[in-house]
Amino acid sequence: MKAITRQKSFEEIKQQLDGFNRVFIIGCGTCTTMTKTGGIEQVLEMKSQLQKIDKLVSGWTVIPIACDEMSEVAMKENERAIQNSNCALIMSCALGVHRISTYIDRPVIPALDTMFIGVEDTPGYFREVCAQCGQCIIGETAGICPITACHKGLVNGPCGGTNNGKCEVDKEKDCAWTLIYERLKAQNRLDLMRKYQPPHNFQASPRPRTVKIS
Amino acid sequence: MVSSFKEVLNSGKFVITSEVAPPKGTNLEKTLHHIELLKDKVDAINVTDHQSSVMRFPSIGGCLAIKEMGGEPILQMTCRDRNRLALQAELLFASTRGINNVLCLTGDAVPVGDHKEAKGVFDLDSLQLLKTVRLMESGQDLGGNELDGAVEFCAGATVTPEAQPLEPQLIKFEKKIEAGAEFFQTQGIYDLDNFAKFMGHARQFPVKILAGIILLSSARMAKFMTANVPGIFVPQSMIDELAATPKEEMLNKGIEIAGRMIAALKKDSICDGVHIMAIGKEEVVPDILAAAGF
Repeated sequence: MKAITRQKSFEEIKQQLDGFNRVFIIGCGTCTTMTKTGGIEQVLEMKSQLQKIDKLVSGWTVIPIACDEMSEVAMKENERAIQNSNCALIMSCALGVHRISTYIDRPVIPALDTMFIGVEDTPGYFREVCAQCGQCIIGETAGICPITACHKGLVNGPCGGTNNGKCEVDKEKDCAWTLIYERLKAQNRLDLMRKYQPPHNFQASPRPRTVKIS
Repeated sequence: MVSSFKEVLNSGKFVITSEVAPPKGTNLEKTLHHIELLKDKVDAINVTDHQSSVMRFPSIGGCLAIKEMGGEPILQMTCRDRNRLALQAELLFASTRGINNVLCLTGDAVPVGDHKEAKGVFDLDSLQLLKTVRLMESGQDLGGNELDGAVEFCAGATVTPEAQPLEPQLIKFEKKIEAGAEFFQTQGIYDLDNFAKFMGHARQFPVKILAGIILLSSARMAKFMTANVPGIFVPQSMIDELAATPKEEMLNKGIEIAGRMIAALKKDSICDGVHIMAIGKEEVVPDILAAAGF
């Protein structure tokens, strides 16, 4: 399971760095290293790009797990270089950016957009399978979440845009309901597809979502 | 108030509906012209709801115009753009203005339209919207509250008889009937043998089925739809028939084909009626009806 990220355009990064001449760059050794959006290589590439537009890179680091509380230690270790910067450009997912923002007094600038939490199906191919909606129905849909896997998040069967097992929105993407149908049929459980699913409770866990484990 | 469309549906007559598309803008001239042309020739007129996810004048506005002009409207409602509060509010409004027919649709996906960055709502789906109509008829809303004045609708839905695979589509069709659909307007059909097979299955349910007839205006359109529109399959023989027609005669050939299909469906009592979709060529719907022998 990985946070899937995509690097913002350099134009947007440049715009966000407007007025900040001294930059400290932070990468992450976990998800963004795996997805090649914020590992050592990408951090060094960013460093050289920033230098080309006359930014001073006061230092850089790749934290093992940016979203973890251990990031505080990494920030302490780099205290001097961070103090020597106007901002931190962060090449982790937004969870890491948030975590780091609580440990440093410099403005944090995300270099990446966080897309989704994905699982790796085949090497290098990540797919979103759960929307963390707080109301799981995959016991009735053969383990495939229609809220996530169907473009429209339909819970009562396919729409009219289903097209030979593919989705009308993207011919490369599978129709979630064809997959669910095929699995339920193979399990001899098609009766589940005939069951009416009531409207989703979008406030099952109202935002902002928190939990306290005692 | 019982809708006059419902009375027609239950009269045993071969029912004919068609549809108009509201304008992109405030110039209603063309839409009103189409309503004028159709209102006395068909049993009811659908008004599309931002079809293909393209922002337009609202369906309810078109329905009001049809009422004012003495026609019978069918309000198309998709779940793409409104949450359950807004959908229920519109049902209340429609009901107070004598719009008593509603076609409950999920709606096309946002990215196929002209506001590609918009949020697709889909708070409800077509089935849940049908259930909502029936719940509101009982005097309740989705929040479990009592309504001060209930609604009454003749509610319909859609089905794609040529969907592949077909079984999931048939399961949803049956769920829509259980949810309260009284009539279906199908996706465009061209292969009458296939459609007759679908009807063989559909006949066991107490619903009225209106076959979708989409006017083919050229061989190119027929090929394009077969290749790109989910659930549309134009047989090669029909494409050849259009292709063998001189270009300036192609639209007339399309009218003839549509008329021929309608006549065949009626003659053999294959279904309960037709829903004619002329897609931008609404002015020829009377010609299609004439070609069908009406």
